[in-house]
Amino acid sequence: MTRRVKFSAAIAVAAAIAVTIAGCSSGSGGGGSSSAADSLPKVAEQKKLGANESTLNLIVWAGYAENGSNDPTVDWVTPFVKQTGCQVNAKTAGTSDEMVQLMRTGQYDGVSASGDATLRLIYGGDVAPVNTSLVPNYTTISDFLKLKAWNSAGGKMYGIPHGWGANLLMYNTTAVTTAPDSWSAVFDDSSTYAGKVTAYDSPIYIADAALYLKTKDPSLGISDPYSLTEKQLTAAVDVLKKQNANVGEYWSDYTKAVQAFESGTSVIGTTWQVIANLIASDGKVNVKTVVPKEGVTGWSDTWMIAAKAKHPNCMYQWMNWITSAKVNAQVAEWFGEAPAQTLACAETSDPAFCNSYHATDAAYAANIHYWTTPQTTCVDGSGKTNCTAYSEWTTKWQQIKG
Amino acid sequence: MSAYFATRPRTRLGLLLTPPLLWLVVAYLGSIVLLLLTAFWTVNGFTGRAEPAFQFGNLVAVVTDPLYRDVALRTLLVALSVTVIDAVVAFPMAFYMAKIASPRNRAFFLVAVTTPLWASYLAKAYAWRVLFEPNGPIDIVTGGHSPGYGLPATVVTLAYLWLPYMVIPLYAGFDRVPASLLEASADLGASTGRTVRSVVLPLVFPAIAAGSIFTFSLSFGDYIAVTIVGGKTQLLANLIYGQLVTANNQPLAAALSIVPLLAVILYLLAMRRTGALENV
Repeated sequence: MTRRVKFSAAIAVAAAIAVTIAGCSSGSGGGGSSSAADSLPKVAEQKKLGANESTLNLIVWAGYAENGSNDPTVDWVTPFVKQTGCQVNAKTAGTSDEMVQLMRTGQYDGVSASGDATLRLIYGGDVAPVNTSLVPNYTTISDFLKLKAWNSAGGKMYGIPHGWGANLLMYNTTAVTTAPDSWSAVFDDSSTYAGKVTAYDSPIYIADAALYLKTKDPSLGISDPYSLTEKQLTAAVDVLKKQNANVGEYWSDYTKAVQAFESGTSVIGTTWQVIANLIASDGKVNVKTVVPKEGVTGWSDTWMIAAKAKHPNCMYQWMNWITSAKVNAQVAEWFGEAPAQTLACAETSDPAFCNSYHATDAAYAANIHYWTTPQTTCVDGSGKTNCTAYSEWTTKWQQIKG
Repeated sequence: MSAYFATRPRTRLGLLLTPPLLWLVVAYLGSIVLLLLTAFWTVNGFTGRAEPAFQFGNLVAVVTDPLYRDVALRTLLVALSVTVIDAVVAFPMAFYMAKIASPRNRAFFLVAVTTPLWASYLAKAYAWRVLFEPNGPIDIVTGGHSPGYGLPATVVTLAYLWLPYMVIPLYAGFDRVPASLLEASADLGASTGRTVRSVVLPLVFPAIAAGSIFTFSLSFGDYIAVTIVGGKTQLLANLIYGQLVTANNQPLAAALSIVPLLAVILYLLAMRRTGALENV
């Protein structure tokens, strides 16, 4: 009996300690997470550069921080480490959503964010404005990428533009004999390749269906694929639900996309140029990419610095390094995108590279529908407030997959 | 030192018990409680940050949305199928190992059954991805009738992954069945089938139940194998992951994660009713 009493007393003591500790930690955590709704969080920009720290933790798109492990000749991280002493730890993310989530852990110094992540990061107070005078290479970045809706707020740049490109339609030339010129190959006519169609596994892919409907069904009145009313969203979701019947696999991990095409699991679907390049370098199957006639969605990426970066000086060094003419050219050629740095065009191994990617062609760049986070206040600049927000897109996306 | 503790049994007990209790209460129960609390929170529509509140919207959505109901049922089906397959496959294996094999072979089989546990989960799942590939081994063996990536491939892969967790408790269960009972049953004229039904099954049922707790709960929470071999299929844990990472909706993810928590608790209670937990 007494033994039992002692035992329960010990439990009570331990439990009391535990509750106190838990109470403290949850109290401090709760206070930090509240933020003002739509106002710009006040985060100061860095005034001057200090000594380099020894580490740099990055969140990157696949192919943005190559250290020679994929291809020994493709390496711009090692020279950076040698020059600055900043040891680079790069974490590859598959979707913008993953990037936002990772940035919120507070463990990273910077991120190569696309336009559908940038505003979430800026207004979430996760990133700091960039003092562009500390990034000498910024001056020669293409002007049509500066102070844009997706990389600036309150008249301040929140990052350094890196490059931009399109989401393309890729197909296996053995399985798909007539070259497709329309997204209908993966939407209304997807039954031709039933079970072998692939699609990008993110709610932002709804915009691809909306872009397709913009041409196919003008009565819907879609002007911007990221500004969809309830009715337009439903129409796009219906297209994707029909597509789902013929989809074999969705991809968000680019290596899975490569493997799926090489094994024949997928023969047609949306892709990034880097995936096509990797398949071509493996040489197991033949694939081609096209820009369908309806146009394309795309990305415009920006290197952003975390608001509470532990290695801010290394991050500034990186932002300048990655947008230097030679490195920006290397990344652009490896990933298959247009470099943001105008001087990069003189450094590409293929002299026609910038022409084929229309790198300095502002009119062409304006025709790509860049990933943007959908909001209830339409993001097409019309000022209307009857649009559907990204949270609704994510719910719909899960319903599409069933 | 020991003299100090010898005269102070309370201090000794307190020091002994505090670390494990801290672990249990703070790290284990504490995290579950925090998870359940966030299920009542809301998400700021623009920044996507979770903000403290008290509302039942998330729980209502989990209960009423047909998507969550369908996927939860599909996940339950997968977990039950995996459990049944593992039980059926493990039964003869464990019986042979415990009752028929020579002691030397017994050790060999035990090592053979547990060896796959040394290999990485991902390596094994990707091996099955290769097996189910179009024109892959299963396609060739079945003459082009491979089910391909999807729900069947997921069930097969999970059943393979969790099989050792069923074989080992079942082996222990058979080991405890005295051979004399089997002989007595045979001497009294019972057929092999009758002996299995009336003597062996009741005796090893607690062991099957113990193994099934592993296979059921591991399958119910799995979301990696299904992304590798499941094609476009999504299970409950994929939805939770999607809500947490893709949608950045931690409160809804928390509300959704109550479903597998409840499922496993209910399963444990059901197993307790059968008396399976008393002798394991």
